[in-house]
Amino acid sequence: MPGLDPGIHAFLPCHRDVDGRDKPGHDGLGIAGALMTYIAKPKFHHPGLKKNELGYTHRDYEGKISTLCAGCGHDSITASIIEACYELSIEPHRVAKISGIGCSSKTPDYFLGNSHGFNSVHGRMPSVLTGANLANRDLIYLGVSGDGDSASIGFGQFAHSIRRGVNMTYIVENNGVYGLTKGQFSATADRGSKSKKGVTNTDNAIDLVAIALQLGATFVARSFSGDKTQLVPLIAAAIGHKGASFIDVISPCIAFNNHAGSTKSFDYVREHNDAVNRLDVLVGRDPIAVDYAPGTVQMVEQHDGSKIALRKIDADYDPHDRLGAQTFLQKHAAKGQIVTGLLYVDPDADDLHEHLNTVETPLNTLEADTLCPGSAALDKFNASLR
Amino acid sequence: MSDKKPISSVNDFVVRFANVNGSGSASANEMFARAILRHGVPVSPRNIFPSNIQGLPTWYEVRVTEDGHLGARGGVDMMVAMNPQTWDKDVAGIEPGGYLFYDSTKPMPSTKFRDDITVIGVPLTAITNSTYTDPRQRQLFKNIIYLGSLSALLDMDPKLIEQLIGEQYKGKEKLLSSNVHALHLGRDWALQNLKCPTGLRVKKSDKVGDRIFIEGNSAAALGAVYGGATVCAWYPITPSSSVAEAFTAHCKKYRHDPETGKAKYAIVQGEDELASIGIVIGASWNGARAFTATSGPGISLMTEFIGLSYFAEIPAVIMNIQRAGPSTGMPTRTQQCDIIACAYASHGDTKHVLLFPEDPAEAFEFAAAAFDLAERLQTTIFLMLDLDIGMNHRLCRPLKWDDARQYDRGKVMTAEMLDEGRDFGRYLDVDGDGIPYRTYPGTHPTKGSYFTRGTSRDRYARYSEEGSVYADNMQRLMRKFESAQDMVPRPLQANAERPTKYGVIYFGSTSPAMDEAIGLLDARGHQLDRLRIRAFPFHSSVASFLAEHDFVYVVEQNRDSQLRQLIVNENGIDPVRLVPIVHYDGSPITARFIAKAIGDHQDHLKVTPLRKAVS
Repeated sequence: MPGLDPGIHAFLPCHRDVDGRDKPGHDGLGIAGALMTYIAKPKFHHPGLKKNELGYTHRDYEGKISTLCAGCGHDSITASIIEACYELSIEPHRVAKISGIGCSSKTPDYFLGNSHGFNSVHGRMPSVLTGANLANRDLIYLGVSGDGDSASIGFGQFAHSIRRGVNMTYIVENNGVYGLTKGQFSATADRGSKSKKGVTNTDNAIDLVAIALQLGATFVARSFSGDKTQLVPLIAAAIGHKGASFIDVISPCIAFNNHAGSTKSFDYVREHNDAVNRLDVLVGRDPIAVDYAPGTVQMVEQHDGSKIALRKIDADYDPHDRLGAQTFLQKHAAKGQIVTGLLYVDPDADDLHEHLNTVETPLNTLEADTLCPGSAALDKFNASLR
Repeated sequence: MSDKKPISSVNDFVVRFANVNGSGSASANEMFARAILRHGVPVSPRNIFPSNIQGLPTWYEVRVTEDGHLGARGGVDMMVAMNPQTWDKDVAGIEPGGYLFYDSTKPMPSTKFRDDITVIGVPLTAITNSTYTDPRQRQLFKNIIYLGSLSALLDMDPKLIEQLIGEQYKGKEKLLSSNVHALHLGRDWALQNLKCPTGLRVKKSDKVGDRIFIEGNSAAALGAVYGGATVCAWYPITPSSSVAEAFTAHCKKYRHDPETGKAKYAIVQGEDELASIGIVIGASWNGARAFTATSGPGISLMTEFIGLSYFAEIPAVIMNIQRAGPSTGMPTRTQQCDIIACAYASHGDTKHVLLFPEDPAEAFEFAAAAFDLAERLQTTIFLMLDLDIGMNHRLCRPLKWDDARQYDRGKVMTAEMLDEGRDFGRYLDVDGDGIPYRTYPGTHPTKGSYFTRGTSRDRYARYSEEGSVYADNMQRLMRKFESAQDMVPRPLQANAERPTKYGVIYFGSTSPAMDEAIGLLDARGHQLDRLRIRAFPFHSSVASFLAEHDFVYVVEQNRDSQLRQLIVNENGIDPVRLVPIVHYDGSPITARFIAKAIGDHQDHLKVTPLRKAVS
């Protein structure tokens, strides 16, 4: 009774897939190519593909085919996430991937196809992730965001999720530009850098890494989408970290921010990348024996039992010194250098659940028998109000 | 005195306390109300307070009502004028023949009084100063001293007040005895120096029964505990903050594991309302029962997420404790002004389920039911309280719970169902009610995962920008909303003794004033059938009620008669037949107001034949 009939009187001609019943597995290849707005991957793969501890191949960690521009830095980050999850032998469905809005936020569709994903509201990934995490502390939470999403519209949510210590891996795919709306500066664009149209940015840049450090993130890293050997172990270590992990990944926008005058272009980042360390993540009972020259490696044991072997590049850099890290970053930023690596880690960190003293059992599994105080308690309550 | 005989009334009068906020008067005033309840006489108290912490005027009004009329009455029979700032207005507000109680320590010019009222002076400051030296004690005990004087003036049993003091300060003997002492200081002074009692008297009765005395916000919060809410995210805003605070208190009492001491709930004070609703949506997406409590400005901020909840079909419960808008409006005054804002919240085509409890007992029931509805319908459910219900103690029936009741978790596809080969389409309507199945994240290694998004997608949750796919989904959402009609609380109808072609529709906190107004209208010869709407979408009985009556008054507490707009819009009926009766000055609507507004209209109708008036 409420409401009138919707004003649709004739259906537009369309392919027969409105309800998808004709699609076993829901992801056949583009039947009506022109109308398809997503691209699924074919299921077949090489029989000789390497398997991880759980018997999964790389393919089990992949998602749909990316619809981002060819050469986009974000696709390299997607590949790094897949690689990290494969190497950690994570069960794909135990990951919840949550994002906001923008090019970067589209990427969770392109990895971990057997995980639940949530492409939420612009700038609001952190709150959605916080809520999801509160509901079920047993899953792994991967938050994917961009510089517009996290440094502008969602700057507040970024800050507050970090200061609450939500157990998550928060990745910002940082290209300094609004790609999906075609090239406006974002808040991480450096002052003095030039847009593709030649406009000079006169606003100061927000350095999300510096902010995350100040807000008490217990795992802070920066990397470059073009440096997978650095990025993959950083993502793996961040996933293993208990507490708020933040990774700022400089990820050049091939379409709108890869020109001369940009400080987020492939060339510029390569030239100014100042890595303080490289790391290996060692998991499983028999960690691969790696030869390290004495004095060059620092071992960090994580909450989940995995170990991070930090190979020092800058001998004086101490990733357990929050204040030192802040000073180091500012000094190098002043020289135009982009400091990358694992910048800070507190291996004994706790998280929001510990702050709230919540039960070990995920809250979403509790039912009336444990949640409802019952009629006897209610009678007492009534009696106290007379 | 000369013009008017003093009012004489037993168990039926209004006392208003005018205080300065921050002076500690609230607990003494509340004790006054509770003491009358202990006489077996119903009361209906209301706090009228400023958006401020200290120094501004505040009033506490107690309607003593043997007949159990719990709405605001209007008018003041006795003014306890403790605030010089509002003296003139307070004195002017007393009914002719009424009483003025004041602190007579400092002499007042006779021009400050009226000659048609009884003036009762008690030198409160003098008594306090001669007894106490500490300034804070002087301030606090002054309140108890006037309570003592009032007990004598109104013929109350001091034992019942002592009992209340005993309960309040149980285990704190020193405070207990000093409060009782202060009570008798005031009482004895009045008995020795004044004519006691006045014409206004409290007489023991048995009209309270087993009813309880509780604030709507506390009851709603307890409903959330009983309804299985485990995640609460909120941002402080009057008049809703006490929902989250009460939820915290109830959870501390009922939701800790007795062995480990761990919490079976998580409460987060968000950085704003956007984060609060985001946390609720994230938790609900992941299978927990979650809610937020807010008021009008918070609803405005939350609307983008509310649209997501509607379109991506994620359960959420929002308790909206309404206050006078728009903008910051009157933050500490009551209204029912967010009906349209909530019913159609967010951009695009949306419709949301609203529940309208009339009192704390229904607030408890509807709050618990809201979580079942949210999970069954996979959408946002608004619990529409207002400041009048939320922040005032209201006498209501005891809260009830059926221990056999299980939570309705809605259509959730489990790993077992997926393994059985059940076809899972996140937005696939398998049984015609418009409600699809969902899976919780982490359910199954290879089946049942999907990508949640606020963008258009097909029945299997795959991104799509095709018009037909979009329209198909929007039509299903409409079907779902129609299914909601039979799940939400139905309207309650009460017919007049004689058949009548006039009806009245009302909802929420208007209820007690409306019930009382029916009696007043009856006395004027106007018979009306009543329909109390308890939810949106409207049940088909609303349309029947409209069809059965020539004219239907819609009584509500906002300027634009928002419920009427919603009824007209959703039922496609001639608006002329729906007569708006609106009250929107921020004070709670009264029976007197309703009876006058409807009565005048009815009188007018009697003069002009109906057909002529319409044409």
